[in-house]
Amino acid sequence: MSLDWKSWVAGLAASALVACSGGDGSDEAADNDTGNGEAEVVRYDLDPYPSTYQPLPSETTFITGATIFDGVGGEIENGDILVVDGRIAAIGQGLEAPEGAVIVDAAGRYITPGVIDIHSHLGDYPSPGVDAHSDGNELTQPNTAEVWAEHSVWPQDPGFARALAGGVTTLHVLPGSGNLFGGRGITLRNVPSRTVQGMKFPEAPYTLKMACGENPSRVYGNRGTSPATDMGNMAGYRAAWIRASDYRDSWNDYWEDPENNSAPTRDLELDTLMGVLEGQILVQMHCYRADQMAQVIDMSREFGYQVTTFHHAVEAYKIPDLLQEADICAAVWADWGGFKMEAYDTIRENLPLVHANGGCAMIHSDDALGIQRLNQEVAKALADGRRMGLDISDAEAVAWFTSNPARGLGILDETGSLEVGKRADIVIWSAHPFSTYAQADNVYIDGALLFDRENGLQPVSDFDLGQIGEGDD
Amino acid sequence: MKMLVTLITAGLALSGTALAQDIAVINGRVITNTAQGQIETGGVLVRDGVIVEVGANITVPDGATTIDANGGWITPGIFAPFTQLGLIEVALESSTNDAGASESDFSVALDVVDSFNPNGTYLATNRMEGITRFAVFPSTGHNLFAGQGALGNTSGNADSLFETQSFVYADLSQSGASTAGGSRSAAWAFLEAAFGDARAYPGRYSSGSGDALNRYDAAALVDVVRGRTPLILQVDRASDIRRAIRLAEDNAPLQIIIYGGAEAWIVGEDLAEAGIPVLMDPMRNLPSSFDALGSTLEAAARLNDAGVSVAYTTQTADGYFNPRLLPQHAGNAVTNGVPWADAFRAITLTPAEVFGVDDQLGALAPGYIADVVVWDGDPLEVMSAPTHVIIDGEDTDLTSRQTRLRDRYADIEDTTPFGYRH
Repeated sequence: MSLDWKSWVAGLAASALVACSGGDGSDEAADNDTGNGEAEVVRYDLDPYPSTYQPLPSETTFITGATIFDGVGGEIENGDILVVDGRIAAIGQGLEAPEGAVIVDAAGRYITPGVIDIHSHLGDYPSPGVDAHSDGNELTQPNTAEVWAEHSVWPQDPGFARALAGGVTTLHVLPGSGNLFGGRGITLRNVPSRTVQGMKFPEAPYTLKMACGENPSRVYGNRGTSPATDMGNMAGYRAAWIRASDYRDSWNDYWEDPENNSAPTRDLELDTLMGVLEGQILVQMHCYRADQMAQVIDMSREFGYQVTTFHHAVEAYKIPDLLQEADICAAVWADWGGFKMEAYDTIRENLPLVHANGGCAMIHSDDALGIQRLNQEVAKALADGRRMGLDISDAEAVAWFTSNPARGLGILDETGSLEVGKRADIVIWSAHPFSTYAQADNVYIDGALLFDRENGLQPVSDFDLGQIGEGDD
Repeated sequence: MKMLVTLITAGLALSGTALAQDIAVINGRVITNTAQGQIETGGVLVRDGVIVEVGANITVPDGATTIDANGGWITPGIFAPFTQLGLIEVALESSTNDAGASESDFSVALDVVDSFNPNGTYLATNRMEGITRFAVFPSTGHNLFAGQGALGNTSGNADSLFETQSFVYADLSQSGASTAGGSRSAAWAFLEAAFGDARAYPGRYSSGSGDALNRYDAAALVDVVRGRTPLILQVDRASDIRRAIRLAEDNAPLQIIIYGGAEAWIVGEDLAEAGIPVLMDPMRNLPSSFDALGSTLEAAARLNDAGVSVAYTTQTADGYFNPRLLPQHAGNAVTNGVPWADAFRAITLTPAEVFGVDDQLGALAPGYIADVVVWDGDPLEVMSAPTHVIIDGEDTDLTSRQTRLRDRYADIEDTTPFGYRH
């Protein structure tokens, strides 16, 4: 499965029938006569709200003397990192600082890749939680694959800056879970910006939020409409995939032979579902129960798509073999549960058990407070796993808040680990990140220092400005 | 308040009988919460449910059960001052959620003792993580008075509520204002009217009805207005906290306790002077509402510096499933400037003080109830966990429904069908 968003654009262009989109917004042009007798092939822009993110200015930076967890299982004692042009230029022991580099003495401190949260609603359910800002769940019909979370993100949510103080450099903002198809999610750099476009992770794949279980059946069942049951949920997904398959086939028939086929009518909902079927939009699916995840795995095979990550997945520990066979990650909490029936079988060892059985597991927050200390959440899960006898190193567990969520978002080639060539998304921790007492001292995004606890460098949102809480963390 | 069991008396009654049992907890760093401070290596001797000796070299009697802390930590049990333990099994399933009664005509008269279920599965999951005592709060229903709370232990025994009618809980925050009709003015008018009803009880009800409360609710508020039972007010905004302080001044000897207190640090000196304690979550740092714009990780340290009596809660997690995270919340207070001993006290002795049971609970000292937890490391570190949890002198079981599930699925390749692994 290709996870490269660009390849879809390229793939369509390679059909030789679709001119590469100019991104001029003139999509949905009906077949029309160009004046020279040839019909123009209908095309549409796959990236009409492009990222305008630009890394903040960075300097050549040499961080020295730290214990480094590289995010992919490595631990370097007394290690150094060289950052040049916002990328990791070197990592290892005994490196030389180039002339003119900013030297950061991290002796006695710890370094990890920037924290990545694969499940956040920052911006969509911002602080303060007023009615006007309840922008995360389009609860008007069970399939809202047509909505995009980025169109709800309020960049002035004070939660972004609080998350930065917790080391978060990248986060994935999802629609809520009240619908079968909640809409598209978006991967953001955790940088202050006037616009969400200025936060969008360049070329990160789009995602689709789907939801299993109680939430959709409760929301719509209470209204006396479908879905009211788990079987109604499954029927709702399947009916949509059938329509999406037809839609995809219609476009492909048209693009392959535009003279003998007409272009389908553009449909925002089906655009997104078609992107999933084409392997270009990653499915991030909220499911709690093991048996429901197994149903969804069968459904993905029925319609030929891949689920990338099950979110919450409180019963992932019951089916690590099924998840591994289906190549699906589990994004979980350390110790939440009890709030609804499908969260009743929560155990604290869920994350380490999935990992120890060879699966792809990670922490997630789903919470504006939890996102601020994902390192502590991982520490709890790791300690509980060890206590039951699982042999997992600190360095392996660091992947649970770094490289594994990067993998789940299709951005592992850019971030999530400290490897030469990757974006310099780095956290310097005051102590071992698995200690309650550790704080993020310095947070770098693309090599730029965005948070510096000692020197009071931190962003303040427009909302916080002039309020009682301005400047407090 | 009604003390159901005077525990020390109960313990003494057993002493000298065949049931006499000594437990010696040895070889750990002892946190006493008394003038003894921290004992680098020492132990605690328990007899018949009561602590009889604490020190570097305790006397271990013949026949005593010895628990070796193996260099870990020995502390008083954690006291969670705001929970709904035993009231909720599955929060969204109303059939299993007895915390609130929005359809009831009663309010202050609602007493959690009748809803509390000691067999709730979260008693065990919280006990395993070192929580030994807790306060149980009802949720607000049709008016801003939620009802009467109780104090319990996490043993899961039938008598685990050891005191009832310990306090009355009311919401005077923006949600309370909404319940009262739409404004703070309405909420405080209702509260003042309710106080009037309680003061005039029972006379007013012999000839008519109350201004705010029915007869039963007014009766339940009498001990509050007379200062015998504390009133716990949920308030966040600094101006609301000032209003609460004025309520206490105007209604002496009324005892009030602030719950929530997002902006309490702004009025810390006033709270300290008035002797009003605050139950707050040190991890609450988002301007989650316009009541809480002053939320900050610095709040716990600022309140501590102002001399306010502060006990920590898990408000930002929940009250029925994750009071067990209280040590993590206290640890984050330390990270943000509270001295370790003060933060630990805020989840042990201070809550015992707030609820008036600090002569029996919250410290390791001779004569105290033997709630003793042995940890494999610093209890405020997220990677630490209890190895023993002693409640009322009983070394309790550290398994739960959750550990049973874990064990069932621990070996995915075992050929025994999952349904037969138990």
